[in-house]
Amino acid sequence: MNENICAISTALGVGAISIIRATGPDAIEIVNSIFKGKDLTKVDTHTINYGFIMDKEEKVDEVLVSIMRAPRTFTKEDMVEINSHGGISTTNKILELLLENGCRLAEPGEFTKKAFLNGRIDLVEAEGINDLIVSQTDSQRKFAMNRLNGNLSRLIKEMRKEIMELEGKLEVAFDYPDEIEDEEDITYNELKSTMITIKDKLTKLVNSYKDASIIKDGINVSIVGKPNVGKSSILNHLLDQDKAIVTDIAGTTRDIVEGTLSLNGIKLNLTDTAGIRETDDLVESIGVKKSLDIINNSDLVIFVLNNSEVLTKEELDLINKTNVEKIVIINKCDLESKIDYSLLDDIPYIKGNTMDANGLDELKTRIISMFNLEKINSSDFNYISNARELSLVKKALDVVSESIDNLNATLPFEIVADDLRVSYVALGEIIGETYNEDILDEIFSKFCVGK
Amino acid sequence: MKYDVIVVGGGHAGCEAANAAAKQGVKTLLVTSNMKNIADMPCNPSIGGTAKGIVVREIDALGGLMGRVADKSHLQIKMLNSGKGPAVKSLRAQGDKVIYPKNMLKELNSIESLDIMEAMIEDLIVEDNTIKGVITDEGKEIMCEALVLTTGTYLKSKILVGETHKFEGPHGEVSSKHLSDKLRDLGIEIQRLKTGTPQRIDPDTVDFSVLTPEYGDSTPWTFSFDIEPQYEIDKQRLCYLVYTNEETHKIIRDNLSRSAMYGGYAEGIGPRYCPSIEDKVVRFADKERHQLFLEPESDYYPDLYLQGFSTSMPIDVQEKMVHSLHGLENAKILKYAYAIEYDAINPLQMYPSEESKVIKNLYTAGQINGTSGYEEAAGQGLIAGINAGLRVRGKDPLILKRNESYIGVLLDDLTTKGTKEPYRLLTSRAEYRLILRHDNADLRLRDYGYQVGIISQEQKDRLDLKRKHINDLIENLKNFRVTPKNQSEELVEAIGELNNGESLYDLLKRPEVKINDLVTYLEEEYSKEIQEIVEVQVKYEGYINKTLKEVERMLKLEDKKIPEDIDYDKVNNLASEARQKLKQVRPLTIAQATRISGVNPADISILTVYLKKEYANQD
Repeated sequence: MNENICAISTALGVGAISIIRATGPDAIEIVNSIFKGKDLTKVDTHTINYGFIMDKEEKVDEVLVSIMRAPRTFTKEDMVEINSHGGISTTNKILELLLENGCRLAEPGEFTKKAFLNGRIDLVEAEGINDLIVSQTDSQRKFAMNRLNGNLSRLIKEMRKEIMELEGKLEVAFDYPDEIEDEEDITYNELKSTMITIKDKLTKLVNSYKDASIIKDGINVSIVGKPNVGKSSILNHLLDQDKAIVTDIAGTTRDIVEGTLSLNGIKLNLTDTAGIRETDDLVESIGVKKSLDIINNSDLVIFVLNNSEVLTKEELDLINKTNVEKIVIINKCDLESKIDYSLLDDIPYIKGNTMDANGLDELKTRIISMFNLEKINSSDFNYISNARELSLVKKALDVVSESIDNLNATLPFEIVADDLRVSYVALGEIIGETYNEDILDEIFSKFCVGK
Repeated sequence: MKYDVIVVGGGHAGCEAANAAAKQGVKTLLVTSNMKNIADMPCNPSIGGTAKGIVVREIDALGGLMGRVADKSHLQIKMLNSGKGPAVKSLRAQGDKVIYPKNMLKELNSIESLDIMEAMIEDLIVEDNTIKGVITDEGKEIMCEALVLTTGTYLKSKILVGETHKFEGPHGEVSSKHLSDKLRDLGIEIQRLKTGTPQRIDPDTVDFSVLTPEYGDSTPWTFSFDIEPQYEIDKQRLCYLVYTNEETHKIIRDNLSRSAMYGGYAEGIGPRYCPSIEDKVVRFADKERHQLFLEPESDYYPDLYLQGFSTSMPIDVQEKMVHSLHGLENAKILKYAYAIEYDAINPLQMYPSEESKVIKNLYTAGQINGTSGYEEAAGQGLIAGINAGLRVRGKDPLILKRNESYIGVLLDDLTTKGTKEPYRLLTSRAEYRLILRHDNADLRLRDYGYQVGIISQEQKDRLDLKRKHINDLIENLKNFRVTPKNQSEELVEAIGELNNGESLYDLLKRPEVKINDLVTYLEEEYSKEIQEIVEVQVKYEGYINKTLKEVERMLKLEDKKIPEDIDYDKVNNLASEARQKLKQVRPLTIAQATRISGVNPADISILTVYLKKEYANQD
């Protein structure tokens, strides 16, 4: 009952607004830790507060946050509602942040369940709860069944098996110290190499989540540059050449999607930057810092430079400080060059003239290799499909990483065994399996011990 | 004749039960079939071992006898797993099978309110599902308030050697023929279990020159928190390592059908934790050799115990098997190995207090509950004796939790999961083992012994002093800073030169720093014992705190009691397997319910909601 839980309360999709709800003793503190604005731990109860959800330094979304303190809330515990702008990726991102910062994903009906168990709703209403919990049971079972055949499940099971084998070796040596001969003993190196392999696999899984979102949502590309460097013509060339449908879809409040094209089956969402198109000069009108905030929300930034003009400090600053994937296009190469290429250092650039066919092809090739698009398309999907799985995999990854640190510090095997057990449990949670007596079965099926 | 508490059986469980009841001042009778077999060690000579050594310390902490008696009666002692971490460390002694029972009897004889009597109990007097007394095979009735049954392997025991069998207990003792039938008639479920013991070898016929000796530790140890080491380090006896070989395995494979186990002559279920040699050879066919140990049993007779070679093969095959071992080619077998089958109860019909759910005031402990091992038996005997005494005194039972002791883990496992094979404690059964260490058993449990009244004021005062020393040492470590100027050579060697000042406490957290290197900075001196506890507490503080957090979560659920009269058929929507298991186990708390295999988190939610609804007013 003292856990902090969160969930997306509105239907997922491109609605105008999404609500993410969190409740529990630390709910306000958790939201506050990812919120920029007033100190939510100090605001009055039942207030709505304006600010931003932050992922470290990066703004995720502009939001309104309702703070309701216990006991006058639905669950009788502290409750926070985040009103964010709709859109799957933003909403999911906020949910992920809450999960990373100490919330657990609510089970179906869990808010209501808390409300009942805390005495907020009465017995008549509570009759409905059993049904909710039952449906939860069924959905859990179906969920587990479905995934038993899945790739993720298979992968996780393999990892667990490897960990269990190691733990079995350690535990058997604890319980039967003089029956295990030296050659059966396990070494730090053996433990480490297995755990590192598992860490790599988990890291891949986490990365694959990014791939999956690329497949689902496409790659957001911003085209940035001073006025008259040829941004629009590049944009139009890209779209024309692929006969893509130019649309004016309102995405989130921030971005205007200028058009979409398909590259190796992956959507590229080409955007200029919202609200600054009129001024046509990103750098000068709003300054480097604010520009960065905006373009760092993209997956890829294409900087367009004019070959015949000197590279400005602002341009260079912007390029260097952009921390997403970036490509520089140097346009108007038919004119005399005034650009000092050494300043671009190891930033990839393409030279061209208002984007002739070669330049465009080179650009596409770059994007394909940059995002591994060929591989994404052909690889089979072990992919994590939702924020819950991602948070569990990340948790397992943390635990596994910690165990590797402890192995490096050559902590005693007993501690290592504890780490392994925690890793095993964390992995098990992903596929809905718990610890139980697996270790005993492992010991007595694999090792010949006993007096 | 009438007693407050009667204990039937004088094995390890019975002795502890008799002591624990009688020390509370209630009038207690210990009935044994043979006075000579008090605290007998019919199988291996060791006391302690992994997890079990910690149990012995727990027994001592609570006011039991095993630790103290073992300290006065062993041939060798060592700390196992000393390099593998703080909590898996455990003491093991080779007990002297003649001296140990003598010392135990001496302890028992010194207890004022305890009588000991030789008789075979064959019947129980039960009225209104409450125990009233016992009847001996000679028809004599003895009445009691509470009864503790610690019959060991003596219920319908059957000794199996190859194709032959005899109805008798260890050492050819008479076994009880009717008691388990009586229990069954009363509604107690009986199951058949099996265990075994290996050959005893004449040392004069062994070639020790080809065997590897195993020594006791050169550091002195005691199980007991109350006494000093009672032995001389360099007078400890040796054990010897022996290996099986391909020839041994071939003999076993060729004769499998003649083994009582494999030939189909046995019906009892044997322990995975203690397999016979034929089991090992069959199940681990690719293993080239198995390790065996030759261990002395006593200073007063020659027999060496051939640990790891337990078997139910006929004696002609046993001869061949033993002679195939390198170093034992000409060995004379003094006693042949045998398997023994016996009746045990289903521990699911028992409360964690060890009182029967079927018969009020009836307690059971030891092998009758389906466990194996002297230490497991003694631990249960102690708790059964404590609780029988508390019942007579009209007090609430002592129930140890999983986060408090291995004994608690054992009793929770037995009463929650039951057992289909002889149960042995393992460190891997204890999820909170980091706080269930050998070094802190008294800190964990001694207060309980004091509350029950079997730990004396003097022992309690000593414990409080120990706690004070521990706190002092921790404070002193926190308050003393090591600077680059005063850093000792040992410390430079361990961690390199310090750049900034750091407290001893923080230094101790580093894996490469030992408390030994640090106490030299302090004016006060601390015993090895205190240093060890503090070192573990400080060094593994992070891990210990993690464990404590898990414990806290579990204890919250432990506080959620399930009413004893709950009707699981009325709880809608439970999965049918969960319903069946809950009906069988009848857990006392939600925490216990979560540990039943087959009861899923969703079932727990349903149960929690049901309890809230049905019992809301009783909260």
